[in-house]
Amino acid sequence: MQYRIAGKHEIDERMGGDGYAQTMVELIAQDSSVVHIDCDLAGCSKASEIAKVYPAQVINAGIAEANAVGIAAGLSAAGKIPFVHSFGPFISRRAFDQAFLSAAYAKLNVKLIGSDPGICAAYNGGTHMPFEDCALYLAVPDAIVLDPSDYVMFINLLKKLYAWYGVSYLRMVRKNSARIYEDGADFEIGKGVLLREGNDVTIVASGLLVDEALKAQEILSERGISARVIDMFTWKPLDVELLLQSAAKTGCIVTAENHNCTVGLGAAVARVLAEHCPIPVEMVGVQDRFGQVGAIGFLQEEYRLNAREIVRKAARAVGRKRQ
Amino acid sequence: MQQEDKIRELQVFAQQIRVETIRALATLGFGHTGGTMSVTEALAVLYGGIMKIDPQNPGWEERDWCVMSKGHAGPAVYAALGLKGFFPLENIYTLNQPHTDFPSHTDRLKTPGVDMTTGSLGQGISAAVGIAYANRLDGRDNHVFVILGDGECDEGQVWESAQFAAHYGLDRLICLVDNNKRQLDGLCSEVMSHGEGIGAKFRACGWDVAEVRDGNDVEQVYEAVDRAYHNVGKPACIILNTVKGKGLPLAEQTGAHFSSFSAEQWHETLAFAQRELERLTAQA
Repeated sequence: MQYRIAGKHEIDERMGGDGYAQTMVELIAQDSSVVHIDCDLAGCSKASEIAKVYPAQVINAGIAEANAVGIAAGLSAAGKIPFVHSFGPFISRRAFDQAFLSAAYAKLNVKLIGSDPGICAAYNGGTHMPFEDCALYLAVPDAIVLDPSDYVMFINLLKKLYAWYGVSYLRMVRKNSARIYEDGADFEIGKGVLLREGNDVTIVASGLLVDEALKAQEILSERGISARVIDMFTWKPLDVELLLQSAAKTGCIVTAENHNCTVGLGAAVARVLAEHCPIPVEMVGVQDRFGQVGAIGFLQEEYRLNAREIVRKAARAVGRKRQ
Repeated sequence: MQQEDKIRELQVFAQQIRVETIRALATLGFGHTGGTMSVTEALAVLYGGIMKIDPQNPGWEERDWCVMSKGHAGPAVYAALGLKGFFPLENIYTLNQPHTDFPSHTDRLKTPGVDMTTGSLGQGISAAVGIAYANRLDGRDNHVFVILGDGECDEGQVWESAQFAAHYGLDRLICLVDNNKRQLDGLCSEVMSHGEGIGAKFRACGWDVAEVRDGNDVEQVYEAVDRAYHNVGKPACIILNTVKGKGLPLAEQTGAHFSSFSAEQWHETLAFAQRELERLTAQA
């Protein structure tokens, strides 16, 4: 793992979808067994751009996610390396039994890409807003579940998943996200990233909430609270070692995720801590609610997925520690 | 070999599959009698007469593949594979015992010769379509067979994959429908009917469809599969009109999906099937 933190709360001009297409073209150039399957959303994933270079490697399954994932399992059984894309809710809820049985239980090599994670579904609204996509895949034995925090990490993890055999679920922000890392960063599945060192509380964040966690760290610092910040993009396997080290060092933890925290990162972190190091845990995330339509800024306020909420929960966690 | 001899040989093979399936089911005394018995002639034709296979090399790249989408017919598949020499036949008598390689539903990781893991109905056909697509990408001309149950055709995924296979013109894909007219809760016509029929639905999706009047008649099945093997341009579907529990009187009477018999009943059942095998062997 090597990385340099940008972390100035600037938006990366590059879009996740474009990066996906470019990276897939590179992977197919190296290995013609790589294929992309889409569910009538190739215009969204930008797989249409892959098809311009490698038409045979892009398969449109139409609006039929269950079949798309089943076909991916068959392609893998015959030696291909399939990546399947749909919007997060449909590649998880709608194709879950296929991913579970035809792919994971059969120990095949299927990479699932779910776009517009959580509130990023924005104007598509509650029907398209997955707060449970990662939770479903957390329930699949041996599956990898990743919620990358920026463009650089997303591209790097895509390449990592190509080289890893098995069922994986990767969240993709198709549009722009805040830049967390400088180009050239290299990550390791199963290893969280220490972004800021601190002593009083650890913020364990992923995805959209990593930039908010960095903002929260700055606000907390002004208030005299020293926060350690971890990018826990690797929900499964979770970096238990880093988590326990942070728990021992700071004595309390705040989790932060763009997902239902009662079944997501918060729940996963709380389980590990309950078993090994019971300390105060506070969770920032969707509190067991459905999605709804709106701009990202509105949704961040509505579900309290922002730095202000992280600060509030961090102060509370520190307070509980002193009780 | 003359065609007549070939058919007689396949009739014997089908009955051997039936006998060995009964033996395997009898070890624990229960299992999926209905759908294993109805599909034995189809398995005999595929593994004994049509498919390119190498029992010594189950993963042979040029082989024809077979996905048992109605995964609960696993015991019949194991009998066919064991008789062909993929593994010692007696191994199948460990059916459903702890850590067995022969679970009730087919598992690609456990049993040599099983090409796909199935059990959640409707999923095997998608996998078969994916395998056929991959073979075409690689320029291989091997065939992929998939066996569906008629009850299984209630699943929407069957029709998602049927339209996909036709859309992409996967003409090395052959789907056999074990049309035994019954599903767990009763007659398919009562539980969930298929309008103008399963064959009509495949045809509407863009497949070539043939119907075999008696899907437990080896000769009729062989002719239909052999014709489909040389089909060009479209995937082929063969509707096999079979009898649920065929050749196992206790199951045939009730059309049961799953049966649990006493040791004595299994003994009688096996003796009945063996007498039929002896009769067919004497004729061959």
